[in-house]
Amino acid sequence: MIKSSKKIKVSELASITIRFAGDSGDGIQLVGSQFANATAIAGNDLSTLPDYPAEIRAPAGSLGGVSGFQISFGDESVLTPGTRPDVLIAMNPAALAVNIKNIDKGSVIITNSDVFTPAALEKAGYSANPLEDGTLSNYRVIAIPVSALTESALKDSGLTKSQIAKCKNFYMLGIMYWMYDLPLEPTLNWINTKFKKSPELAEANRKVLMAGRNYADATEIFDARFQIKKSPVAAGKYRNLTGNEAAAYALITAAKLLKRKLFYGSYPITPASEILQTLAKHKANDVVVYQAEDEIAAVCASIGASFAGCMSATGTSGPGLSLKIEALGLAVIAELPLVVVNVQRGGPSTGLPTKTEQSDLLQAVYGRHGESPLVVMAASSPADCFNTTLEAARIAVKYMTPVIVLSNAYLSNGSEPFRIPKLSELPKFALPPLPEPENYKPYMRDHDTLARPWAGPGMKGYEHRTGGLEKAEGSGAISYDAENHEKMTKLRDEKVARVVREIPPVRIHGAEEGELLVVGWGSTFGAITQAVSEARATGLNVSAIHVRFMNPLPADLGTVMRRFRKVLVPEENTGQFRMMLRSAYALEPIGLNKVQGQPLNSEEVLGKIKEILRGN
Amino acid sequence: MEHTKLTAKDFASTLPVKWCPGCGDFAILNQIQKAMAGMGLPHEKYTVISGIGCSSRFPYYVNTYGFHSIHGRACAIASGVKLSNPELAVWVITGDGDGLSIGGNHMMHSIRRNIGLKIVLFNNRIYALTKGQASPTTLMGAKTKSSPMGTIDYPFNPARFAVGLDCTFVARGIDTDMAGTTALLERAAAHKGTAFVEILQKCVPFTDKEFDVLKDPENKDDLLIRVEHGKPLVFGKNRNKGIVFNGLKAEILEFKSGGVPSEVAVYDETNAEMAYLISGFQPPEFPLPIGVFRSAEKPSYEELYYAQVAAIGDTRDNELETLLSGPDAWETK
Repeated sequence: MIKSSKKIKVSELASITIRFAGDSGDGIQLVGSQFANATAIAGNDLSTLPDYPAEIRAPAGSLGGVSGFQISFGDESVLTPGTRPDVLIAMNPAALAVNIKNIDKGSVIITNSDVFTPAALEKAGYSANPLEDGTLSNYRVIAIPVSALTESALKDSGLTKSQIAKCKNFYMLGIMYWMYDLPLEPTLNWINTKFKKSPELAEANRKVLMAGRNYADATEIFDARFQIKKSPVAAGKYRNLTGNEAAAYALITAAKLLKRKLFYGSYPITPASEILQTLAKHKANDVVVYQAEDEIAAVCASIGASFAGCMSATGTSGPGLSLKIEALGLAVIAELPLVVVNVQRGGPSTGLPTKTEQSDLLQAVYGRHGESPLVVMAASSPADCFNTTLEAARIAVKYMTPVIVLSNAYLSNGSEPFRIPKLSELPKFALPPLPEPENYKPYMRDHDTLARPWAGPGMKGYEHRTGGLEKAEGSGAISYDAENHEKMTKLRDEKVARVVREIPPVRIHGAEEGELLVVGWGSTFGAITQAVSEARATGLNVSAIHVRFMNPLPADLGTVMRRFRKVLVPEENTGQFRMMLRSAYALEPIGLNKVQGQPLNSEEVLGKIKEILRGN
Repeated sequence: MEHTKLTAKDFASTLPVKWCPGCGDFAILNQIQKAMAGMGLPHEKYTVISGIGCSSRFPYYVNTYGFHSIHGRACAIASGVKLSNPELAVWVITGDGDGLSIGGNHMMHSIRRNIGLKIVLFNNRIYALTKGQASPTTLMGAKTKSSPMGTIDYPFNPARFAVGLDCTFVARGIDTDMAGTTALLERAAAHKGTAFVEILQKCVPFTDKEFDVLKDPENKDDLLIRVEHGKPLVFGKNRNKGIVFNGLKAEILEFKSGGVPSEVAVYDETNAEMAYLISGFQPPEFPLPIGVFRSAEKPSYEELYYAQVAAIGDTRDNELETLLSGPDAWETK
């Protein structure tokens, strides 16, 4: 803990939401993730929401170029990155203009006063300087000349003006570390690694970070600092992971458990590329990472590797999933295991490529030619991308089927503490033993799972052919036989249907029956859980369940839903899961639908719950 | 690795071959089975991967691991197989439509990477399985079911396409040339990196007469030129014509049979520029070249990949927990 030189009151807070905002070239995502790591290491639970424009460098100072990173951290389970920030760090006028509508009166705004120049104000649409004209009088504004302070801290560094300007985000970070009593060491370590080859830059960043911290400590500009109480978490080793990193580590883990090589074929696409990038660092861990020429090649190479016996996966986002879909039909009929991590974004087409949505559900469940069933699962939080992807891999190899994992931009970029599991805590990936070569037929089936045996190139005695043409049951020879095709269609269907045996009973948050059940899936878990907890605390008769298996659906889902008078389905699309529930259970759920590229938040869910229950 | 003795017969499948009677594919099947036997690998190490089209039925007719995949994607699937297990001999069987139209991108990038695939492209200049539409190699003006007034598409020259992409092994053969084409395929089999072999192949229902002129004993020696590394570029029934390169311009020099004039170029398959010039030869101006156009040594994709792994040091046996822990993991008690 940092010792303050002055007697400033240190208040203990239960939780707080902070939003860093600035130009997309200001290093906001970097500062945000450094801050997130520091809060995690300080023992807080947290949830983050990076929110950045599609352009790498939108015009400097423009409203469209504002990049944001929101973090909520606290002493108990933090389920969402928060709705309305308590503190806004606005690195320029545009960041202030874009975010002011989302913060409540009385909140803290910290800015770099040096950049509130007439030109910058004009770009942000201000006719007068809001720091001076009284428009912010209802907020606690802390305006700091960060540019000048950074320059003065680095005046003898020998760095160029533009190099110095790039350091100002770390000055602000130093201030924030002081304000929330957070350790500097994780960022100092990061600086050492990052700038190993440029000691002068390492020194400059270190200096600026410390200078920011010392400035906050010495000046009287701050009347308070805060300490967030530690979150009581299970003992163990933790790290802060984004959803994409978690999915990547799940794939490595799956291959380890299966004792096979991991093959990941992928083509760069926002917001899924970090899976490719994370795995590319792990080539030495028996991971083959293949950056293919296109989405189709990526999935096809992975199917080829699956044929050759690898734990195989590919990752993409909506438009890429559309391109892969023909090949998924091949994986279905060839009955090869494959994990497809689809990180959903705003669509259709290029849509909102950096923003979040849940609008690929129907594409994932139904979007193929022919009768082409496969397993679809949805992750519910950044760390849950690990569990869900790992489970997807286990099911893929156990049932010899492709499995699509639905993540989205919110989960993939957001982060939370992840407890590193021990080998003994992880599921078993045991494959049934292969029959002896003389008894082997490529399309013979396991009695329980209906999976065919997984033999492939390199294995002596199991030479066979597979492919996209219909197979004769058992032998796997090409078959145009009418009855065989119907039989095989039903077998493939039944095989996927049997995955229902892997699904644990639906867990109900709240009472087992009642007025209203909120049925969520995927990334809305945090917002729904928080909203339902709050509603129940005020005495409202509402419960929630969260669905992870989208296909097949949990066996008891219908029964559970029927125990409630009404069902509410919040989702970030126009009602895709609601449509699936209607068709599966002939129920008429109420929808809460948001398609703004932004996650549903708990206030919106809570508002809908109140509206429904008060209408009773 | 131990050399396994297998013969062409070991690669014969028991399944009935369902190509049209007289199809050029039968001969190629035979040639590839011979070339495979020469590779000396254990039987289970062979994998044949195809896309869609008549040629793509091939995996059923060789007794190896096989994957009859989807249209155009054979190279992509094969790349996954080869990269995940470089010990395998991975053959890609494709056609002019499958490999150069719908699958052109994968073909191009496989060649760019120099991944160790043996790609055999059966060129019959037509979409045969879909019953007779113009393909990317159909000659300009040809009347097909989809071009009743004649095609207006400029055709691809597959071998030149591969040479242009700097493919490390490029050859062209003709289905009926048993000895010559088998020899090309044997060299392709032995090549490290991507080997691309175009085989001109007649399609009885649609392009039956397409290559007859090249097979006619009367004309063929004047219309074909067999290129061989280190040998002068000589052709003609009486071996009395040679290719001379006048700067970058090729010319035909007629001479008296017997001695070959020194101006006649000696073919160098390691020379990419020469390969580009020769692969562009088309009748009637020039004889159609067959043989190995290009053969060059360059590390293959899979070699480079696993060299990187070796360089960073294999850590696959580390504890899972170590592997999952980043530099900034922390302990909570």
